[in-house]
Amino acid sequence: MNKKRPVFLNLFAIQFPITAIVSILHRASGVLLFLFIPCLLSVLASSLASEADFNALRDTFSQPLAKLLLWLFLAALSYHIIAGIRHLLMDMDIGDSLQAGRWGARIVLALSVIVILLIGVGLWR
Amino acid sequence: MAINNLSYGRHGLRDWLLQRVSAVIIAAYFLFLVGFWLTHPGFDYDTWMSLFARPWVSLFSLLFLISLFVHAWIGIWIVATDYLKGAFLRYTVLILVALSFIAFFAWGVQILWSVPA
Ligand code: HEM
Repeated sequence: MNKKRPVFLNLFAIQFPITAIVSILHRASGVLLFLFIPCLLSVLASSLASEADFNALRDTFSQPLAKLLLWLFLAALSYHIIAGIRHLLMDMDIGDSLQAGRWGARIVLALSVIVILLIGVGLWR
Repeated sequence: MAINNLSYGRHGLRDWLLQRVSAVIIAAYFLFLVGFWLTHPGFDYDTWMSLFARPWVSLFSLLFLISLFVHAWIGIWIVATDYLKGAFLRYTVLILVALSFIAFFAWGVQILWSVPA
């Protein structure tokens, strides 16, 4: 390969198509969810262990940092599911033309923002 | 070419299908939990325990756990294969993930098991 070929990697100037953004966010949310698996199991364990543990968990999740983490998890999960449904539809040849793909990507982003904001409102209400 | 992977042989199509079936089961399980939470306003420990005491919920939870680890394993395998180009690093990471999944799965089963019927 020509070692002197020009390299253009200014991340602020490169424009990604909206479909690429939706796709990379789906991957990022998947990896984030994977990292949350131990948290998920430990929450399930203490929620079922005893009434005292259950109530302690409730107190924990009324604290700002724990709430923020819970929101992050729910945001990643909501996005991953919404974008995942688009993925499954496109696997079935629904909405997989270039134009429909772009619209699908916009719908996924808009819907995710709405759902994530609503969850936030629900958590801090 | 198929030497450098941890999926036994060339099972792309099988993995692809498993990834989709497991996705649907995981989504159904989370929506089920959210639905339960939304329809039980004064939600407390007893409500929560009685949910997991039902045999079909235990079964559904077990199915969820299996799907979760199948889905996450295939997903992480794909991501690792895309980004970790060095075979040693990739194997190390994937073996650690596999070992932790075995432990986590055992933990999950033990949690479900501990709920009295
Ligand atoms: C906590 C649970 C979950 C975890 C840890 C997880 C993790 C992942 C990971 C790491 C990937 C690979 C990403 C990639 O290839 O770019 C992936 C792919 C995928 N996920 Fe999930 N996921 C979860 C739940 C779900 C749910 C509920 C759905 C339902 C719609 C879903 C749908 C998909 C689909 C369709 C793919 C395939 C993407 C592709 O082939 O490129 N996932 N997931």
